[in-house]
Amino acid sequence: MTKGRYGIHGGQYLPETLMNAVLELEEAYEHYRNDPDFLAELHRLYREYANRPSLLYYAKKMTEDLGGCKIYLKREDLNHTGAHKINNVLGQILLAKKMGKKRVIAETGAGQHGVATATGAALMNMECVVYMGSEDCERQKLNVFRMQLLGAEVVPVESGTGTLKDAVNEALRVWTARCEDTFYVLGSCMGPHPYPAMVRDFQKVIGEEIRAQLQEKEGRLPDYVLACVGGGSNAIGAFYDFIKEPEVKLIGVEAAGLGVDDPKNAATISNGSLGIFHGMKSYFLQDEYGQIAPVYSISAGLDYPGIGPEHAHLHDIGRVQYVPATDAEAVEAFNYLSKTEGIIPAVESAHAVAHAMKLAPTLPKDKIMVINLSGRGDKDVAAIARYMGVDLHE
Amino acid sequence: MNRIEAAFAKQKKVFIGFITAGDPTLAVTKELVLTMEKAGCGIVELGIPFSDPVAEGIVVQRADTRALAAGTTTDKIFDLVAELRKETQVPLVFLTYANPIYTYGADRFFAKCEETGVDGVIIPDIPYEEREEMLPYSRPHHVAVVPLVAPTSRDRIQKISAVAEGYVYLVSSLGVTGVRENITTDMEAIVKEVRKTAKVPCAVGFGISTPEQAKKMAAASDGAIVGSAIVKIVEAHGEDSPRYVYDYVKEMAAAVREAAK
Repeated sequence: MTKGRYGIHGGQYLPETLMNAVLELEEAYEHYRNDPDFLAELHRLYREYANRPSLLYYAKKMTEDLGGCKIYLKREDLNHTGAHKINNVLGQILLAKKMGKKRVIAETGAGQHGVATATGAALMNMECVVYMGSEDCERQKLNVFRMQLLGAEVVPVESGTGTLKDAVNEALRVWTARCEDTFYVLGSCMGPHPYPAMVRDFQKVIGEEIRAQLQEKEGRLPDYVLACVGGGSNAIGAFYDFIKEPEVKLIGVEAAGLGVDDPKNAATISNGSLGIFHGMKSYFLQDEYGQIAPVYSISAGLDYPGIGPEHAHLHDIGRVQYVPATDAEAVEAFNYLSKTEGIIPAVESAHAVAHAMKLAPTLPKDKIMVINLSGRGDKDVAAIARYMGVDLHE
Repeated sequence: MNRIEAAFAKQKKVFIGFITAGDPTLAVTKELVLTMEKAGCGIVELGIPFSDPVAEGIVVQRADTRALAAGTTTDKIFDLVAELRKETQVPLVFLTYANPIYTYGADRFFAKCEETGVDGVIIPDIPYEEREEMLPYSRPHHVAVVPLVAPTSRDRIQKISAVAEGYVYLVSSLGVTGVRENITTDMEAIVKEVRKTAKVPCAVGFGISTPEQAKKMAAASDGAIVGSAIVKIVEAHGEDSPRYVYDYVKEMAAAVREAAK
């Protein structure tokens, strides 16, 4: 087996033009991943710039209302730029700087990774171009303008379905043309090796903090950790430190769009099959001839036809359970958390909350569940209003 | 001697033309292959359209979209090849991505290639490191997996070339496929590296559209590969495209032959 494998998944399936670029990245990453100075600088940025550690909040009203297990929320929504994406971006941009790169590119779905990359680029004095599907630009206009305010150029991608996968396609194409001076800041635990491992390593701080914070509050490990999964970076970040603890149940929640049985969904584990795409072997939503399916979710961040290779493996070995949540369930959870706890979650994170609302009432009161609240919902307010038929005039 | 070897043996410099199968229809593709051969095309590369062709520029992306919208599938393309083999022995090389082959089943795919008469396959997202994904299935069926060498390949050129089958596809420039005004890469230097280990010929592609470029690239190597410029003609003229493609290929193939002198 070749490098960067998780069971049969992973690998480095890339055009030859990019191979030396990823090998160079791999070498740099191997060098810095355990470098004490690099890690000290990264953790200083986490602490002083990104507002880490993020809070672990006991959701008392939600717990009492659902009447089952005790629920904690890991507040990644309180990070600088409003989502977990900043953790990975700070790591990658710091690495880019060490590699002497002065220009970064990124793809974005909901715009959170694009905003985080534009932020990191502003901080580190780098030129930044973000590729975003034209449909997503429409759904997330505020984030487009936010990236522009931060000094980034945003390029709408018209091809395909105008969503996240098309943004990845375009970023890969553009990287092929300028791989020698450009660092590609990939936003999820997907793509060719070393990205899935590198993104996981920059996100695993989430789970490490959950462990320490819960130890302090409850003196023990959680029984359940829930996170939404598109490519899967917030989920792998929340899960990774607990994979070695078999008593901790890990649940990834996929976007089922209009329903797992409706063609308009993005539930890769529920409906996908093995394939090779975007540099990796993993599960993908595709037809019998390997044409990638046009996927759909209300959430631009989960609207992706694949899943990171480590998640695919964790599914194969049964260590993580992957379940679907529909648009309707996510919107209900979005409203529920807003009114119950006064926290407006990202519509992505609302998928995890939706499953928690099904699961928590079935569990005894002495069990503990942590929901990774991967982002805040300010960006989604207009889209939710549209979904609910409310006409907003700004 | 297989068909690809015979093509390079017969014409010292080979003009290689690319079209997307099923653009605008498979019937037109059949006519185009026969026309291109008549016009002097030594090898025809047939694209199996893919929903997300990450190595392609906008021209071939649009061709893939048109072909898929017209209902083109891998099975229908194999049927087309079987039909073509009743009329021509021109070497046929597929260009497609890892996923359509993997999902079809690599063993089944290469068996079909052998059965219908496909001579080689180019898979842009299978680099040297992942070649074992295909070679254990392609070799028993005698289908050449044509590797790519890029301007960024540097220390990788010799090992890629050493295991090359069919020919080595030399990528002229950084970026995706598409017409370019200037090709600045030092192709002579790359060809020199390739020839240190390669047992097969090499041809240059990406960005070539004029007879001057074709002649220059063929002079530096063993052939010139032209895709987007032909696909553009197909896009402009649709069902009427064969006669326009004939004129274009004739001029380009003549320029490549010039390079042999």
